Amino acid sequence: MNGQPILTLDKISKSFGPVQVIDEVTVSVHPGKVQVLLGENGAGKSTLIKMMAGVYQPDGGRILLDGKPVKFRDTNASEAAGIATIHQELNLVPTMSVAENIMMGRFPKRFGMVDRAALRKQARAALDLIGLDIDPDQPVGELGIARQQLVEIAKALSLDARMLILDEPTAALTRREIAALFSVVHDLRERGVGMVFISHHLDEIAEVGDSVSVLRDGKFVAEVPADTPEPELVRLMVGRDISQQFPRRREYTGPSEPLLHVEGLSIKGLVNNMSFTVHAGEVVGLAGLVGAGRTEVVRAVAGVDPYDSGSVTIRGRRIPRHNIGAGIKAGLGHVPEDRKVQGLVLDASVNENIGYATLASTAKAGLVDFKGQREKAQDVAGKLRIRMSGLDQTVRSLSGGNQQKAVFGRWIAAGAKVLLLDEPTRGVDVGAKVEIYELINSVTAAGGAVLMVSSELPEVLGMSDRILVMSGGHLSGELAAEDATQDKVMTLAVRDVVRDLEDKS
Amino acid sequence: MTTAVKAEKRQHMDIKKFLANNGALVGLLVLCLALFIATPDFLTAGNMLNIGIQASTIAVLAFGMTFVIVAAGIDLSVGSVAALSAMVSASMFTTAGLNGWVALLGGLLTGAAAGAASGMATAYGRLPSFIATLAMLSVARGLTLVISDGRPVRTADQVSFLGGNLGPIPMPIVVLVVAGLVASFLLNRTVIGRYMYAVGGNTEAARLSGIPVQKVLVIVFALSGLFAGLAGMLLSGRLDSAQPQAAVGYELDAIAAVVIGGASLAGGVGRISGTLVGALVLVVIRNGLNLLNVSSFWQQVVIGLVIALAVGIDVLRRKNTIH
Ligand SMILES: Nc1ncnc2c1ncn2[C@@H]1O[C@H](COP(=O)(O)OP(=O)(O)OP(=O)(O)O)[C@@H](O)[C@H]1O
Ligand SMILES: [Mg+2]
Repeated sequence: MNGQPILTLDKISKSFGPVQVIDEVTVSVHPGKVQVLLGENGAGKSTLIKMMAGVYQPDGGRILLDGKPVKFRDTNASEAAGIATIHQELNLVPTMSVAENIMMGRFPKRFGMVDRAALRKQARAALDLIGLDIDPDQPVGELGIARQQLVEIAKALSLDARMLILDEPTAALTRREIAALFSVVHDLRERGVGMVFISHHLDEIAEVGDSVSVLRDGKFVAEVPADTPEPELVRLMVGRDISQQFPRRREYTGPSEPLLHVEGLSIKGLVNNMSFTVHAGEVVGLAGLVGAGRTEVVRAVAGVDPYDSGSVTIRGRRIPRHNIGAGIKAGLGHVPEDRKVQGLVLDASVNENIGYATLASTAKAGLVDFKGQREKAQDVAGKLRIRMSGLDQTVRSLSGGNQQKAVFGRWIAAGAKVLLLDEPTRGVDVGAKVEIYELINSVTAAGGAVLMVSSELPEVLGMSDRILVMSGGHLSGELAAEDATQDKVMTLAVRDVVRDLEDKS
Repeated sequence: MTTAVKAEKRQHMDIKKFLANNGALVGLLVLCLALFIATPDFLTAGNMLNIGIQASTIAVLAFGMTFVIVAAGIDLSVGSVAALSAMVSASMFTTAGLNGWVALLGGLLTGAAAGAASGMATAYGRLPSFIATLAMLSVARGLTLVISDGRPVRTADQVSFLGGNLGPIPMPIVVLVVAGLVASFLLNRTVIGRYMYAVGGNTEAARLSGIPVQKVLVIVFALSGLFAGLAGMLLSGRLDSAQPQAAVGYELDAIAAVVIGGASLAGGVGRISGTLVGALVLVVIRNGLNLLNVSSFWQQVVIGLVIALAVGIDVLRRKNTIH
């Protein structure tokens, strides 16, 4: 590529303790170009961009800014150099308002006090950039994860940087929001901003990228143009072919008993009269836009939140409202949408995290069955191919996708019969996705039932046997897998919204 | 990197890791060595037993506090609860004329009940544990004064025995060891112990995994109360009487011991062995300063600095060693 890069990582290396995570990798970011980083979970993408952002310091190699060697002592140093970063994990203060989060550290002041009006106005401008219509005064903690992600993006955009790093910004978003984000990316590119983009959605690469650097196990593999065909990218990334992206098989031949039955579920202002059934051997997809109420349904069914009316029956047993333990006893497993906040004890080991749901049931006289628990965790981690230095590694230091597998593993270890999966493959690489899909297959082959919420339509279409579409808290339609298409799902997903608008006008 | 450099680096890291993980223990050993050099009175059998006796009350309180801090709570009431337990026990024996064993058991149960009340206020009443136990601090002390009318009360012989000797060995040291083993067993081996770490590490994730968070919290505070009750028995047993103003401010020593021992106030981290070392650090410093004739006013200054230093080192450690 011609022209002087904004930033170059030159033969960069990084180890954590004895583990070498990045090994002499070279990447450049050019003005007006989008450099894509591609690699499996744990390949070292986030570690690499954290060195660009001043979060970590490299052990070897040089960082060149405008051709001159620099050291980013901390994140302030890289920000001062005009580099803004959207990290994979959210960095927001949940109790503070959207506006305060966006303007964190840069509050406009008047007479030595925070100028509330200016704060709100500047935040509003940042939100408008990505077309996010939320109240700037709302506490961030009240927003769903997708909206939180958008707030994070708005925050980075408002910095007016010359280089922008986006670590899996689309993992939590639906198509509409992704489209808005990409149009911002295109604008920024026109204005000469250099960007680094990480995503496990291969289709996005050709859409926004210019050039792709592929990493495998912390080593540089190849740099190829962004319009390289997807199968070729996959081969570079995982070192083998993946023949089928969505290997759904229906191998269950037993009686199709209803394992999960939800009747008339309503939560005031969020969910309206939802009824559906998931049978043994079946995968049911729950589709809809962000805010349609899919997560609310899942959480209510799992007993995490109370509901106002309706009933939940699991394997013939009526589950009392707002009772997580009863659901688990009946064979329920719930992979929540935000693994960091709801799924994992980050400072505990992989072993412990996989074992939480079975600690009590395997215990003898209140004593933990350490040996059995460990064997089971080892078995599950192996099945899911969790990339770790050992079962005692803290979950915090696993890569994002491997963290997700650890949450999943808890319910595999518990032998759950009815799985509620809320964005089960968020941030998971293509190879590992297939592994998770195969796990879904084996759960249903053994007569289990799966209810899957996903914002990735191809995944919903590819893995579900039946698709329920929600819109504005209602069940707006049901499609059989055979005749479902993206268009049909989207039409149902916006149906009631359109109707609502018509009603109002 | 050449392999030799790598190996050296690894060795270097192992030592660093050991020091980082056992900072309090290293500190304690250095402290003892310094005192051994500074004064011949330090390393005598009598003084060692003395340290053991002094450490017993703080350590037993701190063991209970470890449960609470691991579960991301705090218990400000342990000093008052210790005093209340001792007073209830003594009154059962002296005023109500009950059997000494019953009085001993009654004292321990009083502690557990007071703790359980704080736990329920925290778990079901959704009060922050700081507030719930601050209230209990006041309530328990008040009840102690009400029951005793502000006067000391004689303890049962069974309680006094806990403050006495078993042959050459002071009973408080025996109690300290047994309580430590029990606490460590609970925390490490039992389901409820592992639950405490999960709840302290991430309450929401624990809840979603089906862990009965509220029950765990009630048990955690009840245990803290029970250990406080035991500490109350030790204190009153040594004096053969329950004092209405016993153990004032001891909760701060207990918290300090737990924190010096490497637990995090953010929850999810902490070990009984660390807590024991933390308690010994506090007691040895006091003992040493006494031997060196340093005024008790200055002692407070030193203790404060030690706490700040210990926690400061711990914060640095967490920042540098990434697991
Ligand atoms: N702080 C840390 N301490 C120890 N190991 C770490 C730490 N951070 C990352 N690692 C390890 O480094 C490797 C690379 O992690 P990284 O987060 O960079 O992967 P990634 O390519 O971003 O993966 P993902 O697609 O899952 O986000 C992983 O094996 C991870 O376990
Ligand atoms: Mg990553």
